[in-house]
Amino acid sequence: MTTSTPTSEPAVRRASVVVAALAGAVFGLGLVLSGMTQQEKVLGFLDVASGEWDPSLAFVMVGAIGVHGLLRRVIAAHPRWSRRPLFAETYQEPAKTPVDRRLVVGAAIFGVGWGLAGVCPGPALVSSSSLAPTLVLFAVGLLAGFGVYAATLGRGR
Amino acid sequence: MAWSAFTPFSAAAGGALIGLAATILWLGLGRIAGISGIVGGLVPWKSGDVAWRVAFLAGLLVVGVGAALLWPETLATSSLRGPGVMLLAGVVVGFGTRLGNGCTAGHGVCGLSRGSPRSLVATLTFMAAGIATASLVRVFFGGAL
Repeated sequence: MTTSTPTSEPAVRRASVVVAALAGAVFGLGLVLSGMTQQEKVLGFLDVASGEWDPSLAFVMVGAIGVHGLLRRVIAAHPRWSRRPLFAETYQEPAKTPVDRRLVVGAAIFGVGWGLAGVCPGPALVSSSSLAPTLVLFAVGLLAGFGVYAATLGRGR
Repeated sequence: MAWSAFTPFSAAAGGALIGLAATILWLGLGRIAGISGIVGGLVPWKSGDVAWRVAFLAGLLVVGVGAALLWPETLATSSLRGPGVMLLAGVVVGFGTRLGNGCTAGHGVCGLSRGSPRSLVATLTFMAAGIATASLVRVFFGGAL
């Protein structure tokens, strides 16, 4: 009997990379099918002053939360799945810290950028694959914004 | 309301795929499928803890390339916003999502799915800010910028 943990085995590490790539691809397909990658559609939802409001994107949230909320409960109730993920040691649950100023200010700043651009990070990265110059510029800005945060308020976190 | 643009079925089906993808990453790796968290964790680059992030991003981009070839009309070409606005907005979104610890995916989908109060506050906040910003652009600039 081996006592090594599963994640130390190369086969499990390889499997985790394949599963992550699959998750990314399914996520991307969902973004494309849902309309989240269409700037006109996102702005049609966020822009309530146009007189032609398009509520479609609310249905994206309903579909996503419906499926993920249900399946998370299935996982939590499963005797084996609930103990640990299939290809990793532990579930990395986000810390249950209270609502603070960083959260609210950060979300507000993100919202302003989202309303300006009509794309959020996932759809922007998917759309930048077409090499449309404005989307590539957004993606470059996104990475720069990550870097600016890491070098300023994110230092030591 | 814009009935011609209203696409509830493809929106819900696409949303269901997004929820499925978040479940695959959770059950497989025990990770939250937040784009800003996954990709933001690559900036700055730290060795270790990188392979799965790169793999997820690669999956996302491969679908983007496929969509660009097969269904180019489904991808944003930014007909409504100029290059300077998009670059600036990218920086703002990058900074804000890291400060607020999540974006539409991490807070809006994963956080709300597990009933996180923090994610509910974040989602209501970025929705309100997004609606206010896009609507003000409409009022002051006629919808394009």
